Amino acid sequence: MSAEHVEARPGAYADSVTLMRVSADVRQAGGVQAALIAMATELNLGLLPEMGFRPPPDAGPNHLLVAVRASDDAALAGALAVVDTALSARALSAIGGASLAQAPPHTTAAAVRAGGGGLALISVPGPYAFAEAMDALEAGCDVMIFSDNVPVEQEIMLKDFAAQDDLIVMGPDCGTAIVGGVGLGFSHTLAAGPVGIVAASGTGAQQVLCLLDYAGAGVSAALGVGGRDLSAAIGGRSARAALAALDADPGTELIVLVSKPPAAEVAAGLRDFAASLATPVLFALIGPGEPDLTAATETAISALGLPVPAWPRWPGEAPDAAHAGFLRGLFAGGTLCDEAMVIASDRLGPIRSNIPLRPELSLAPREPVLGATGAGHAMIDFGDDELTIGRAHPMIDQSLRLERLAAEAADPAVSVVLLDVVLGHGAHPDPAAELGPAIAAALASGGVAVVVSLVGAASDPQGLGRQAAALQAAGADVFASNAAAARFACDLIEGAR
Amino acid sequence: MSDLLRREPHIINCGLSLLAEAAREQAARVTQVDWAPPMAGTEDVLVPVLSDPRRIAANALAVERMLAVRAHLVDVAPAGATLGLQPGEFLHAGPPVSWDRAAGPLRGALMGAAVFEGLAGSPEAAAELAGRGAFTLAPCHSLSAVGPMAGVISPSMWLFVLEDPATGQRTYCSLNEGLGKVLRYGAFSPDVLERLGWMSGVLGPLLATAVRRHGPVDVTAILAQMVQMGDEAHNRNRSGTLMLLRDLLPSMVESGGVPGDIARAAAFIGGNDHFFLNLSMPACKLALDAARDIPGATMVVAMARNGTDFGIQVSGTGDEWFAAPALTPQGLFLGGYGPDDASPDIGDSAITETAGLGGFAMAAAPAIGALVGGTAADALATTRRMYEITLAEHPLYRVPALEFRGTPAGIDVTLVARTGILPQINTGMAGKVAGTGQVGAGLVTPPAAVFPAALRSLARHTSHNQPAARV
Repeated sequence: MSAEHVEARPGAYADSVTLMRVSADVRQAGGVQAALIAMATELNLGLLPEMGFRPPPDAGPNHLLVAVRASDDAALAGALAVVDTALSARALSAIGGASLAQAPPHTTAAAVRAGGGGLALISVPGPYAFAEAMDALEAGCDVMIFSDNVPVEQEIMLKDFAAQDDLIVMGPDCGTAIVGGVGLGFSHTLAAGPVGIVAASGTGAQQVLCLLDYAGAGVSAALGVGGRDLSAAIGGRSARAALAALDADPGTELIVLVSKPPAAEVAAGLRDFAASLATPVLFALIGPGEPDLTAATETAISALGLPVPAWPRWPGEAPDAAHAGFLRGLFAGGTLCDEAMVIASDRLGPIRSNIPLRPELSLAPREPVLGATGAGHAMIDFGDDELTIGRAHPMIDQSLRLERLAAEAADPAVSVVLLDVVLGHGAHPDPAAELGPAIAAALASGGVAVVVSLVGAASDPQGLGRQAAALQAAGADVFASNAAAARFACDLIEGAR
Repeated sequence: MSDLLRREPHIINCGLSLLAEAAREQAARVTQVDWAPPMAGTEDVLVPVLSDPRRIAANALAVERMLAVRAHLVDVAPAGATLGLQPGEFLHAGPPVSWDRAAGPLRGALMGAAVFEGLAGSPEAAAELAGRGAFTLAPCHSLSAVGPMAGVISPSMWLFVLEDPATGQRTYCSLNEGLGKVLRYGAFSPDVLERLGWMSGVLGPLLATAVRRHGPVDVTAILAQMVQMGDEAHNRNRSGTLMLLRDLLPSMVESGGVPGDIARAAAFIGGNDHFFLNLSMPACKLALDAARDIPGATMVVAMARNGTDFGIQVSGTGDEWFAAPALTPQGLFLGGYGPDDASPDIGDSAITETAGLGGFAMAAAPAIGALVGGTAADALATTRRMYEITLAEHPLYRVPALEFRGTPAGIDVTLVARTGILPQINTGMAGKVAGTGQVGAGLVTPPAAVFPAALRSLARHTSHNQPAARV
């Protein structure tokens, strides 16, 4: 006989990351069978019936949902105490104890009045991002929108408004930036230097930054512009602003523009624009016939007069048990997924995906087991908008990928699984601690080899060497270059044929 | 070109706190925004309203016009002649309301006013006439007037006449009767009516003579001084009342009136701490009327209550009222009265908060905070919180305890909806039974629902499918 508590608390708000931590704490309390602590959004309310709870009446997005089922009343009371403690600790730290202290600002404009202008970093849920970004622009701030799920017409309005006031909108869905030596979002702390990055791609920029770091080339700034910026709809609005800002920056000697596969006419327009600048611009645009990110980075390193190093590789400790079969890419980084698809499709043939290189290769991301559908080679971007609604990015929350890794390893049609692991600020504090055992379990099933591209800088808090060693010890072949990892995965499959 | 790469990095983090933590670990200066989702049902209408290309310039114009107004007391005159009010016609506070839906204090004031006008022999007879539809009711706001509490104005009552010398625009308000058992709190006993008779027969004419003799009184200048003297010009008007008396007393003495009348008038004004409220209110209305009817502007130009409904009007949506059931104030009670005796919120006096005074100037009048057991720190926090929902800081109303920062002025509907912060209103409390009078004073807010309603109307009024533009 179990005990249950479902409640919608009005006027209580905490961000989704905090609440996910609270939910996790509660689930670990003794006797708890199910728990959801979340804002009562439509999505979260929809989760309740699946978990066997009845949604409370009149609950809306301004209510905090507390739903717990435990083995008995005592366990339930204990779990609810955990909820209250977790939430009140946060409340106490926010209050700070001083009654005369100024209350924190509730809008970006209020923050600017109190503390001066700057760069607004917006990561509220997508439907609310426009209001906050507009507020920041009106207050004279440049804006980085980390949020995803922002409609394209809102992106255009924000970027056009910003252009009139000589401001930059980085994003939406801008995961990575370095400004004034500070890494923002998913980022790294790197030595200052001559290379400026413009990136319509978060993990693509991280790959280039980490390779530059290994080669000893410093970075002046990395300006993300949002994954859609080089699409036909957006037309490179922010890329132009970012290129112009870096061109005028005396610390920038060379610009690298990184993008997910762009619209051809937008890429052509940006090449013309780049040619008009005083600072040389290298293009790293993912796509057939284009240099991969590693090759483009090598060109930049050479242009700076530095030697191109041999990129690190940590070979698996066990011999690879690859057999003929299909390749599965399970990516946290969309651009890394794109790059791997371009490389692998050249070698192995068509790759199906939820972010396909061509529309006819489209694959629903939640299709249960790819092999069973006869999908052939396939790669999934777990960072795509559709898979991040209501949950943290896969660079923070690896649970979907871990589940999928186990499922793919159990599929006899699959022979190689290719994963990316991205380190740095904002990412999971110790991804190898979760992935390592999952990889070891996958390898123990005997049917697959696991290849990992590990994107990290020497100063990353997770410890690049420690992460590589843990993944290697689990049996994976680990590469610092995503392109090299993709090629090695192809080698394994071709070699087994 | 953006200055992004030329500025010292200051990160204003709106959203995930882990992103702020990561930036702080890299020694960046970070300001965290205490963000919460907007009021329920507003996320879809916020986007069209915020992207209305007219909004920024429209709000700037609304603020400019509001702040440019100077309110001068230029005359004191009967309502019948001044407003064209006919016998049987009554103005009242708040948005439109019928006798059937009228709250106790408003009914009581209408009953007393009908007897005062000689339309009925007793309050009971007046109620019967009103119930048969014999009287015509209209909001004070519809005739450029404001009235505190029930706000009832009938033709025989005398009004303050305020004018902005730059534009010639005028607003009007009745004379303040004092506290306790008074018509505006719904009382109608013989002493209430006797006082009204003296105010129309003696006080009004005496003030009219004094004002004409003295010349215009700069009410805006008095308001600016009050804020530095512990008054917030809604629930506390002590220094303003005495400054008015200081200005007008010589002219009253020289008016040729009967010395006994002058003495009683001076004692009445000086003994009524709220006398100046009825000048503060029309001065605020004069400023806000200047900001009306600007397409695209999201600034609130009136907040008013009739004891049943709380209504707001917004610059970009004309005379449309957005109303919802009024809340009941929290506060302290007179004598043996308690929370069960209080009527829901009533009066046009929230026009002061709309203009940046009253609850918005609480930091200047910490004594008011004591009405709800608040401290001086709470009063500061209240004013600081109001900056979050306002478009401007009033250059004349400066708060000493905030380093002479101007009070928060010009409520923006979009900011209220985004932050969920409701305007703070200081107010008196009327007894809910007609005839009772004042039962206390306290603090109240508008019902939240009026702001999403205004936002939805603003969204219907947007000119759209154009990129947001600066003018």
